[in-house]
Amino acid sequence: MLKNVYNWIDERLDITPIWRDVADHEVPEHVNPAHHFSAFVYCFGGLTFFITVIQILSGMFLTMYYVPDIINAYNSVEYLQTQVAFGQIVRGMHHWGASLVIVMMFLHTMRVFFTGSYKAPREMNWVVGMLIFFVMLGLGLTGYLLPWDNKAYFATKVTLEIANSVPWLGPIIKELLQGGTIVGAETLTRFFAIHVFFLPAVLLALLVGHFIMIRRQGISGPL
Amino acid sequence: MSSNHNDEHEESHNPPRRKEMSRRQFLTYTLGGATAYMAAGVVLPMLRFAVDPILQNKEEGAFVKVVEESKITNEPQEFHFELQQQDGWYNSTATLTAWIRKNDQGEIIALSPICKHLGCLVGWNSNKNFPDEYHCPCHGARYTPDGKNLAVAPKPLDQYETKVENGWIYLGEIVPNTVVS
Repeated sequence: MLKNVYNWIDERLDITPIWRDVADHEVPEHVNPAHHFSAFVYCFGGLTFFITVIQILSGMFLTMYYVPDIINAYNSVEYLQTQVAFGQIVRGMHHWGASLVIVMMFLHTMRVFFTGSYKAPREMNWVVGMLIFFVMLGLGLTGYLLPWDNKAYFATKVTLEIANSVPWLGPIIKELLQGGTIVGAETLTRFFAIHVFFLPAVLLALLVGHFIMIRRQGISGPL
Repeated sequence: MSSNHNDEHEESHNPPRRKEMSRRQFLTYTLGGATAYMAAGVVLPMLRFAVDPILQNKEEGAFVKVVEESKITNEPQEFHFELQQQDGWYNSTATLTAWIRKNDQGEIIALSPICKHLGCLVGWNSNKNFPDEYHCPCHGARYTPDGKNLAVAPKPLDQYETKVENGWIYLGEIVPNTVVS
């Protein structure tokens, strides 16, 4: 039945080569943990991506209840966490996943560094990876404010002070991020927009570039 | 496996054929099953989370004190009353409207002014051409004082559940009209 549906579509659109190109490629022996167990270090990039997918999914579901508004934000988070079925789990995924994605990304970066995989011809992919790293930090920063509790509020105040300390441009950056002269309603909506629309869009574009480069250049050779 | 055996006795007999699963197929099923199991672990909580509102127990409509019974006449009068409603994390007040009259048998009839045609608000005696009727300004639906549909609308006006206690009228949930049907 499923096979017939697939064949019907494939006859018309010839999709087999497309998914072959995406999914069907050889894993070299030196990156396959079944051959050398130590090759598990090559899994960290994939794990980062896996957690990113969970972050995107759980984030999409959280916005069904969350409101980016200074009066309702905390109440909506408390409501979805304590009243809605599985709210604790879904917010938990997003909360812990946010930390885990940074950990996995760090381990992935270490692996790339110590296997020398950033060297020619893969320098550009290292740079894109670094950009992804900063986008992820940005996502973590902007997401931290959204529950609008004391921790979120003061963490954001501190972060904005750090932005303020940039030579010359600091005060402008701070006011731009803050959306005004205080951390308030406009800061919250701004951070929400950045967290949910701007940075994920940039992240997806960078990830596409990251993956295309891996497919073009292949996995770096054994040590 | 038993190819040698088969070759020797070629055409003499057919070996019993067992439906064997190939190693590749077994691995495909195992990997597919394990993947599906893990994906379900991620996705199911989110789906349950999303459908939670339709699975929540609906609140029983409480009766709200609206007006003294002595003020009700044969002629329908408009009354507004407020209903506290819990809307997720937000507590709000909804203002509802009822047209209340007493019929010849002394029954209290409280009608909801939401037209049964397409949901506009009807008014009593609001059109000079149709005296002593409810009239809807949108498409000209008309109703009798008891809410019976005279034109355009397919059903009579809905009623509020009504209760009289200590000379006060209490209104509850909106239910289909029971007076005229």
